Amino acid sequence: MREPDGTALGHLRICDFTGQLAGAGATKFLAAFGAQVIRIEDPTNEGRWDILRGGQPFKDERRGINLGGSFNNHNVEKLGITLNLRTKRGKELLHELIKISDVVSENFAAGVFERLGLSYEELRALKDDIIYVSNCGFGHSGPYVNYKTWGPVVQAVSGLTFSSGLPDQPSAGWGYSYMDHTGAYYMAMALLMAIHHRNVTGEGQWVDMSCTEAGASLNGPALLDYTVNGRPLRREGSPNSNRNQFPAMAPHGIYETEGDDNWIGISTRNEDDWKALCGVAGTAWVDDPRFATLADRLANEDDLDQRITDWTRHEDRFDLAARLQAAGVPATAVQRPGERVDHDADTEAWGLWPTVQQTEMGDVRVDGMPVHLSETEWKVERGAPCLGEHNDYVFGELLGVSESELVSLREEGVL
Amino acid sequence: MTAPTSPQGPGVTGGPGALSDLRVIELSSERSAFAGKLLADMGADVILVEPPGGDAMRTYEPFLEDVPGTDRSLYFWHYNTSKRGITLDLEQDAGREALRRLVATADVFLEAEDAGRLESLGIDAITLRAGRPELITISVAPFMRGGPREHEQSTDLTLLAGGGPAWSCGYDDHSLPPVRGGGNQGYQTGSHYAVMAALVALVSRDLTGVGQHIDVDMHAAQNVTTEAASYSWLVAEETVQRQTGRHAGVNPSAPSQVLCGDGRYVNTGVPARRGRDYEQVIGWLEEKGLAEEFPGTPLLEMGRELDIIDLSKIATDPAIREMFQAGRDAMVLLAQSMSAYEFFEGAQQRGFQVGIIYSPEEVMEDRHFKARGFPTEVEHPELGRSFTYPGAPYLFHGSPWQIQRRAPLLNEHADAILEESGFAPDEVAQLRAQKVV
Repeated sequence: MREPDGTALGHLRICDFTGQLAGAGATKFLAAFGAQVIRIEDPTNEGRWDILRGGQPFKDERRGINLGGSFNNHNVEKLGITLNLRTKRGKELLHELIKISDVVSENFAAGVFERLGLSYEELRALKDDIIYVSNCGFGHSGPYVNYKTWGPVVQAVSGLTFSSGLPDQPSAGWGYSYMDHTGAYYMAMALLMAIHHRNVTGEGQWVDMSCTEAGASLNGPALLDYTVNGRPLRREGSPNSNRNQFPAMAPHGIYETEGDDNWIGISTRNEDDWKALCGVAGTAWVDDPRFATLADRLANEDDLDQRITDWTRHEDRFDLAARLQAAGVPATAVQRPGERVDHDADTEAWGLWPTVQQTEMGDVRVDGMPVHLSETEWKVERGAPCLGEHNDYVFGELLGVSESELVSLREEGVL
Repeated sequence: MTAPTSPQGPGVTGGPGALSDLRVIELSSERSAFAGKLLADMGADVILVEPPGGDAMRTYEPFLEDVPGTDRSLYFWHYNTSKRGITLDLEQDAGREALRRLVATADVFLEAEDAGRLESLGIDAITLRAGRPELITISVAPFMRGGPREHEQSTDLTLLAGGGPAWSCGYDDHSLPPVRGGGNQGYQTGSHYAVMAALVALVSRDLTGVGQHIDVDMHAAQNVTTEAASYSWLVAEETVQRQTGRHAGVNPSAPSQVLCGDGRYVNTGVPARRGRDYEQVIGWLEEKGLAEEFPGTPLLEMGRELDIIDLSKIATDPAIREMFQAGRDAMVLLAQSMSAYEFFEGAQQRGFQVGIIYSPEEVMEDRHFKARGFPTEVEHPELGRSFTYPGAPYLFHGSPWQIQRRAPLLNEHADAILEESGFAPDEVAQLRAQKVV
C-alpha cells in the first residue's frame, strides 16, 4: 500500500490502536523495520487509555503527556494521530484510513472494537484483504471473555507465576510484565505470518490472540510431565525454580557472593562441569561419595548447595564467574540494570541501547533489538510521537483533507 | 504420515498454516528448538538435522513413565512437535555435502552452534548463502558471535541471571536469592526474537526475492525483556528492586498476592477505586455474611459515595488512604473466606482484575482453556496412544496453527527427506553404509 523504500516493511501501513506494552511492543518491532505504523489516540482524554502516556520514568523534572519514559520506549518510530471516534466525521476518516492500510491492530478488552463498529466483517467491508490482529487477555471467546487482565494476571492464570518460586514460600512470580513483552512478541509474529499468508494467497484474515494462551504454551515440558506422567508441578517441595529438573542438573542455582545483595548463577551440565567447578573451588568435593554422580548430588542437593554457598559468599561475583568460565563452567554474576546496560561488553558491542530523539524529551536511550539483519537492518532513531504529532501528514497528505477542513475539525474536537 | 491432530479453537475453519509454503533446515540445538517448533506448528516443513545417535535433548528429563530412551524424552517431544527428522554426521565430508544439498532445497537455515564450529566445517550460514541470495539464514547464539563474550558457556539459568530478568524477580526479603522463573523462558525469549526476525526477512523476500542473514543474541534478548528494569536505568539511572509476587520497583509497593481459604493464592491487582467498585465489595461482603464483622465497612460506604478515588492524594489525605486500605483489606477477608477459584471468578464477575495463580497443570484443566481448544491431542502411532499437548498461542482464522505430527523418532524421515531432495537410491545406500545417515 506504500511504495517500497529499501526497508523490510516499508511497503506496509498499519492502522494501529495498540497501546501499553502488550500491544505497542508488537507494532514497535514492525516500525523498527520500516512499517508505517499510525497510532490512533483519543483527543478527549489525551490518549490516556494507554496508562503509560505521560508516566514514569522521567528524564528530568518536567512532566507532561508527551514526556513519559516507558511510553517513549515502546512507541519509537511510530506516527501519532488523534481522532474522536464518537463523531460522524471521525468515523468516516477512520474508514478512509483503513481502506489504505494493510493491517488493523488493537489490544483493547474483548468487545470494545466491535462496539466501535469495527468487527472483522465490518473491516472486511472496507478492505477485503485486510489483516486484523486483536490481542487481549483471554481472547474473543470462551467463558472468561469478559474478564480483565494485565501482565501479572496473565502470568498468574497461565501458570508462569506459580513456576517462579522457592520452596516454603509464596510464588516469586515475575517482577515485570513478562507476558506484556511476550504477548507483544506473539502479536508481532501473528502480524508477520498473516502478512506472508496474504502475500502468498491474496487473503487477509483475523487473528484472535489471547495472552493467557501464549503464556500457557510457555510452561515447557512441565505440561507433558503432567498430561503424560500424571505428575503435577504443585506438590511438596515444588517449584524450586533456581534448580533444574528438565534436564536434571546439580549443582545448579543462584548463590550468595560477597557484598550487599550480590549473587552468582552457576550451572553444571555434566560431570566435566562438576569436576571443573571442584577444581576452581579447590576442594575435595570431587572425592566425596555423596557428590560422586548426578544422582548422588541430587539426593544431597541441600547439603551441596550449602557448601557451595559457604564458598561463594566470600568471592567477588564477577571474578568468580570469570574463573569458572575459564574452566568451561556456565557461570555469570547476577547483573543490576546499570551493570548490564553500561558495563557489559556484549550489549555494548551489539549496540543494544540506541539514542532516539523525541520531540519534547530530546535525546533519550531506549531498548534496541537483539537481532541484526544483513540486508534490512532495524532503525530506531525517532522517539515516540507526541499526541497528534502527525495529524497534518496523515489527514492532510495521506487522506487529502484540505487545510481549511483540518482547522475546523480541530475546532470541533474531531481531531 | 501420522493422522492430523484435532483442529484447534472454536470457529477456526481455515486451511493449512500460514507458513506451509516454507521449508526450513534446522540444526538441532536446545537453544533454537523452540524457534523451529514455532515455525513448524504454523505449517512450515521443518527438517531437524541431528547428529548420529540423536540430539542431547533426547537424554533430558522428563521421560515417558520416567524410563529414559531415545524416543521417550518429553523435553524432546515438547520442543520438536511438527518437525521431520534425519541424522547426519557433519564430521564427515559426505555428511556436510548432504547438508548442503538439503539446504539447497530450503528457504530457511536455522542453527545455534557454538561459535566457530560451523566455520571450521565449512557449513556456516555465510558459506551456505553463497550463490543463493534468496536463502534466509538465522544464527542463534548466547552472546554476539565475534564479540567479546562469544565463548562464554551458558544455560537458561545463566542467561536469565546475567541478562536482567532474575534481578527483578524474587521476594521482599533480600536474604533470599533472586529467582529465575521456570519453563526455559531465557531460551524461549531468544527463540521468539529468532522467529520475529525470520518473519521480517520472509516478508521482505516476498517483495524483493532477496533473503539475508540474521544474528540473534540471546543475552541481548533477555536484556530488552525486563520492562522497567531497563528503562528506569536508561531514562533516569534508577534501579528497580525485587518484591514478592509483583513488579520490581524503584520504590516499594503494597503486596498483591493473597492467600485464599483453600491454601492457594491469587493476584489481586488494584483494589476498589470507583464508587461502583465499593458497591460491589459491600454487596459481596453482605452475600458472605461478612459485612457486619468487617471493621472497614463504614469506610467502604464512604468510598461508595465517590465517583473515583484520587490516588494522587493517598500520601496526603488520610481519609482517602483509609478508604483505599479498607478496599484492600476487604478483598483479603473475602479471599480468606473462600477458595481461590471462587474468589477469582467472583472478583472478575464484579469487574476486578484478579488472577488465580494456577500451576501449569491446572491451566490444562481449566474450563475456559478447554472451551478455546487449548489442550490438543497428538497421536503417537508407534505407542498406539495419543497424549494431550499445549495448544496454540494464537488463533488464526484463515491459516491456522496445528501440530502436524508428534516429534520425530530418531532418523524417522531420512528416506523421504533424501528422496525429495534429489538423492538417488544408490546415493542413499552409500550414505547409510558410511554411517553418514
